[in-house]
Amino acid sequence: MREIYLDHSATTPIAPEVQTAMLEAMREAWGNPSSMHLFGRRARDLIDESRVTIARALGCLDAEVFFTSGGTESDNMAIFGAARVAPAHRRHIVTTTIEHHAVLHACQRLQEDGWEVTYLPVDPYGMVDPDDVRRAIREDTWLVSVMHANNEIGTLQPIREIAQICRERGVWLHCDAVQTFGLLEVKVDELGVDMLSVSAHKLYGPKGIGALYLRGGVKIAPLLVGGAQERELRAGTENVPGIVGFARAVELCEQLGHEQARHIWYLRERLRQQLQECLPDMQVNGHPIQCLPGILSVTFPGVSAESLLIALDQRGIAASAGAACSAGSIEPSHVLLALGMDESRAMSTIRLSLGRGNTPEEIDIAVEIIAEEVKRLQRRAVASAPVQGI
Amino acid sequence: MLPVYLDHSATTPVAPEVLEAMLPFFDRAFGNPSAIYAIGQEAREAIERAREQVAHLVNADADDVYFTSGGTESDNWAIKGVARAWRDRKNHLITTPIEHHAVLEACSALREQGWEITFVPVDSTGMVDPDEVRRAITPRTGLITIMHANNEVGTIEPIAEIGAIAREHGIPFHTDAVQTVGKIPVDVQALGVDMLSISAHKLYGPKGVGALVVRRGTPLRPLLDGGGQERGRRGGTYNVPGIVGLGAAAERAMRCGVEEMERVRALRDRLVEGILQAVPDAVLTGHPVNRLPNNAHLAFAGVEGESLVLSLDAVGIYCSAGAACSSGDTEPSHVLVAMGIDPHLIEGSVRFTLGKDNTPEQIEYTIQQVVRAVNKLRSLRVSG
Ligand SMILES: Cc1ncc(COP(=O)(O)O)c(C=O)c1O
Ligand SMILES: Cc1ncc(COP(=O)(O)O)c(C=O)c1O
Repeated sequence: MREIYLDHSATTPIAPEVQTAMLEAMREAWGNPSSMHLFGRRARDLIDESRVTIARALGCLDAEVFFTSGGTESDNMAIFGAARVAPAHRRHIVTTTIEHHAVLHACQRLQEDGWEVTYLPVDPYGMVDPDDVRRAIREDTWLVSVMHANNEIGTLQPIREIAQICRERGVWLHCDAVQTFGLLEVKVDELGVDMLSVSAHKLYGPKGIGALYLRGGVKIAPLLVGGAQERELRAGTENVPGIVGFARAVELCEQLGHEQARHIWYLRERLRQQLQECLPDMQVNGHPIQCLPGILSVTFPGVSAESLLIALDQRGIAASAGAACSAGSIEPSHVLLALGMDESRAMSTIRLSLGRGNTPEEIDIAVEIIAEEVKRLQRRAVASAPVQGI
Repeated sequence: MLPVYLDHSATTPVAPEVLEAMLPFFDRAFGNPSAIYAIGQEAREAIERAREQVAHLVNADADDVYFTSGGTESDNWAIKGVARAWRDRKNHLITTPIEHHAVLEACSALREQGWEITFVPVDSTGMVDPDEVRRAITPRTGLITIMHANNEVGTIEPIAEIGAIAREHGIPFHTDAVQTVGKIPVDVQALGVDMLSISAHKLYGPKGVGALVVRRGTPLRPLLDGGGQERGRRGGTYNVPGIVGLGAAAERAMRCGVEEMERVRALRDRLVEGILQAVPDAVLTGHPVNRLPNNAHLAFAGVEGESLVLSLDAVGIYCSAGAACSSGDTEPSHVLVAMGIDPHLIEGSVRFTLGKDNTPEQIEYTIQQVVRAVNKLRSLRVSG
């Protein structure tokens, strides 16, 4: 059976060049970067070079990049770290209802400590209105956190406008760019953000490594303490091969440039159009234009997403319902509900997310299989529905 | 024969069989373990296997093993997570002045939140007296955290006795076992600990992955909060190859750890003996018997530890002055200060930590070179 991977928003396969670079780092530079001797210095040099690569991609200084264990830690570090240095009279955060749980749970935890959090609504496309941000910022607001692109529906947020407002009001802006970095251009100065989270495994790099960008002058408290690593903002022996792999992955994305996103968008449109033809009652979620090139969130009324995913899996297609992180839980997605979708439609929604390794041929096969399975499940649903109205 | 790497407490290379185990999870089985489809399934099964391997090594329940990004995160999580679980009901913790900075600084962070900290003293060998721990306990004590073995001088603490005291008083007990796991037998039941920190790169596993073993019922809130992984206690997409590597390293330690360490112990004993015989007034720091089998922490009066390290570096021998974690630091080691070591000796101390690939020839060479370098540095000092 042919396996077709359509879950690139959950994670991506590691690029062969990335793996090579990591293995080399493990063989040649396995020392502790804090060691003064040769073994340590070799590892330290690799970290320094990698930091420069990532800083260049983000358009920032290398001193503004801090390595973490991934997107979750970067989000937690930004929010808790900013909260820890807040003056007592500024304990209010503005965020949105569709953030990743790494942001939402961090905010909820701060609420336990007496912080106030405003969760902004989004429109039916999943877009935040910058004017809502403006209205939500108060005298006591310390931080705004809005994601660059949503991981379930792909909608891109108007970060520039939001950043403008934050700047005017003297409030820090954190942006979770885990889904966009590597695929779209993410330049911190153009976006105007103060903090930005990225994660390597979404861009064909390794799992367990990410980074937090902190604009010079933005002084937050560390989350992991106990060592002078990362200029005392993130303790712990550095994951050297992970860092090297991250940088190599970023380099590859830069080399592919716009071509990567164009290829993925082409496949996504091919998938959407063909599915729409076969399944006219399919609903596409998210913003039609302001969106990630690779995410297609679709609702098949009357079809259980879980049953569909299992059926697809049996036929070799890997996809997911909502975010991978919360897969396994059968709760309706908080993002879909925030769009104003009812529970039953949310439970009939799957996410197909495409990557640079997918081919047009794979898309055509996937369309055929998805259409067949959806129709089969729809028939079954009709057959087993209780007879009503008699 | 060269290079002679004698800094295994700073970090170890990934063992070939560990790397072998990790490789398939870089590419073939790359799926996100939280997904329901088949490639996610394979990753998930590999994680559960690793969990069992780690559990087996420390005699814990697999369900009690939580994967983290390393020893530092495990320490931070244990300390801050327990404090958070207590909320305002407890606000006192007991630790020692010789802990790793990951523990010390996490404790300092709690102090900012109103916690009071008691540092029970250590003797001149770096040993904690369990009775001192007992005396420090108050009704407000919500946590005891004492390391299993010290990373600088290698002294192994009486954790089982302290564990019994903690249990008697119903106080959560954490131990940083980053330096012991894989080197000496570690049994969470016998030690009576509720939480235990592990880091893979100290036992021939990869960097950037570790574990916190948490006995069921221990009050502990998450440190990293996100996607619901690790049964809702530690968010973040699984570092699958890393976790598989930690599991393989644990299994490796289970299989050959004891034998390997007996060999390393013999080499270490020879190194200490050789140096002490040939260098007048060199001293072994730390406990003479209760110490890590791979650790030789030596102090040379009249010599700068850093100069000695650099001299050895020039002849292909790699060791450290104090802990790697704090190198670059010009402060004298907090561990040696707490042990009451003479400042002149602190200045002249060097840590050799041996590993599985060191050979008798390397050790003889090291003895020779240490003798040569110390004599040279001392003569420079005298003439200067
Ligand atoms: C938008 C977003 N933020 C954060 C994360 C968490 O990143 P990581 O898996 O590296 O912890 C993810 C993915 O899981 C994500 O999609
Ligand atoms: C005793 C001890 N605890 C904690 C750590 C930190 O572990 P990691 O480097 O995995 O963060 C180290 C080593 O650096 C250590 O020796």
